Amino acid sequence: MSTVPRALTLPPQAPAAPAAARRAARRRARRERTTAWAFISPSVVVILGLSVVPVVWSLLLSFRADDLVTPGRWVGLDNYDALVQDPGFRTAVGNTLLYAALYVPLSLVGGLALALALNRRMRLIGLYRTLVFVPFVVSATAQGVLFSFILDPEFGAANSLLHHLGIARQGFLSDPDQALYLLVLISLWSGVGFCVVVYLAALQDVPPELVESARIDGANRRQVLRHVTLPALTPVTVFLLLWQLITAIQVFDLIYVTTKGGPLGSTTVVVYFVWQQAFQMFTAGYGAAAAYVLALALLVAGGALRVVRRRQGRTAGAAR
Amino acid sequence: MSARRPALARHLLLAPVALAFALPLVWLALSSVMSDAEINRFPPALWPHGIDLGGYRYVLGNAMFPRWFGNSLIVACVAVASNLLLGALCGYAFARMRFAGSRLLLGLMLATMIVPFQLTMIPTFLVMKWLGLIDTLGALIVPSLVTPFAVFLFRQFFLSLPREMEEAAWIDGCSRLRVLFSIVLPLARPALATVAVLTFLTTWNDLSWPLIAINHDTQYTLQLGLTTFQGQHHVKWSAVMAGNVITVLPVLVAFLLAQRAFVQSLTSSGLKG
Repeated sequence: MSTVPRALTLPPQAPAAPAAARRAARRRARRERTTAWAFISPSVVVILGLSVVPVVWSLLLSFRADDLVTPGRWVGLDNYDALVQDPGFRTAVGNTLLYAALYVPLSLVGGLALALALNRRMRLIGLYRTLVFVPFVVSATAQGVLFSFILDPEFGAANSLLHHLGIARQGFLSDPDQALYLLVLISLWSGVGFCVVVYLAALQDVPPELVESARIDGANRRQVLRHVTLPALTPVTVFLLLWQLITAIQVFDLIYVTTKGGPLGSTTVVVYFVWQQAFQMFTAGYGAAAAYVLALALLVAGGALRVVRRRQGRTAGAAR
Repeated sequence: MSARRPALARHLLLAPVALAFALPLVWLALSSVMSDAEINRFPPALWPHGIDLGGYRYVLGNAMFPRWFGNSLIVACVAVASNLLLGALCGYAFARMRFAGSRLLLGLMLATMIVPFQLTMIPTFLVMKWLGLIDTLGALIVPSLVTPFAVFLFRQFFLSLPREMEEAAWIDGCSRLRVLFSIVLPLARPALATVAVLTFLTTWNDLSWPLIAINHDTQYTLQLGLTTFQGQHHVKWSAVMAGNVITVLPVLVAFLLAQRAFVQSLTSSGLKG
């Protein structure tokens, strides 16, 4: 940048203005500054006060033994040390990774497949779209309560259905081997709709003349999908990947309502672990340390995706 | 492409899928009007034999659902109003005014969007405790007064509007506030709708923060009340489902009434956020 020679023309404001005009301009700038601060200060106080301050506070807390009631003491990295050795935390990380590894790709693939199927003008298409999307607005609490009922081993509709089909009763959410997978399914029920909606919007932006010319060149439907549609959707896919990953790693409400981390810790995820430590065991410092480990993992994932995105942007630019 | 046969094939594919998505909600509605006797037997009935409003009567009479409904409504409405006001003010300043530090502040605000909730929840609890708001609706309202998302969305939208009209009004002596309210905001309906819809959805549906900030059942929101109620009434499934319908219905109705705005909100936030 510094090697670029400077323009020889002067910027428009620069020519010497009469002193009075300059003073007026300065006064205007000052008034503008005051107005601007009046406009932004409530938001600045709320947003920075309740996020930047807590982020730093959490970091400090993670170096302390603190129960939120009595004054704590500085313990350095002890909390992090203990976390590494805590089998409960290791299980929580494992459960979270398994949940994310299932939920993220399935919601993306399912969302794309449904969006492709729904991307057509035909009768009833509006109804189909509505039905696929409607579970997304249902709160995780309501989902949890509803599926606790449907999957209730004794009174649930699911076992009743299996009974009619001649299949033995299942434990569902009370079975440690099934619970986490069922939670993934419940999350997919409500989460796929979001991917569908975003993909549908992105599909409208795929240039039709590109598809047209590929068809004229003799590409069949699958080839058009593979070589035209999917590449055009890449930015949206990267966004959804990141978004769904963040959602998956932060899952809490559904688990609190359905299994409370059980049975036998089979659905304890990291956020549930943090909440338990801070607000049930009153080891807030320990919980803060676990939260930091999770945040760091998110940051790394986000950073990696950003790098991928940038590299893709570069190759796309080069291709053009 | 417009041949009849592929369309039929697509219907045969899509109809069962769409039905599968709808089925749990249908079951929710059905079981809320079943009697407990119908539910509490094995195998349970899959279709109600008549409409039994006992669950609703129980929930509206004996339990605190009306109160929780009111609490949720207050929190969500205050959050919507203040996100619209504060978000628009702040977004407008970032879009149109020049002041020292604006870039840094905006960057900082945007960075907070990726901060996960669990990182801030413990200190936010401590801040609310220090303010004396724990166990009041204030503890639920203050953290959701304005989100960086609202600020960012308004800023982006204002940047997309032409400046000329505002400049003319400004030169005529209108204050920035007048310009914002009488010229800019009437043009910003899509942005207002998006922020309102998403703020309502997230505050109405939230469970984790009320769970931390509220202990006393008079201050519960519907989500918190519903999960506690379920824990205490294991066998009264009809009442639990009636409560669940009451919890879901407002967002469902809002969604069905304003589906287009809803979907546009999500995609605009998704593609630009």
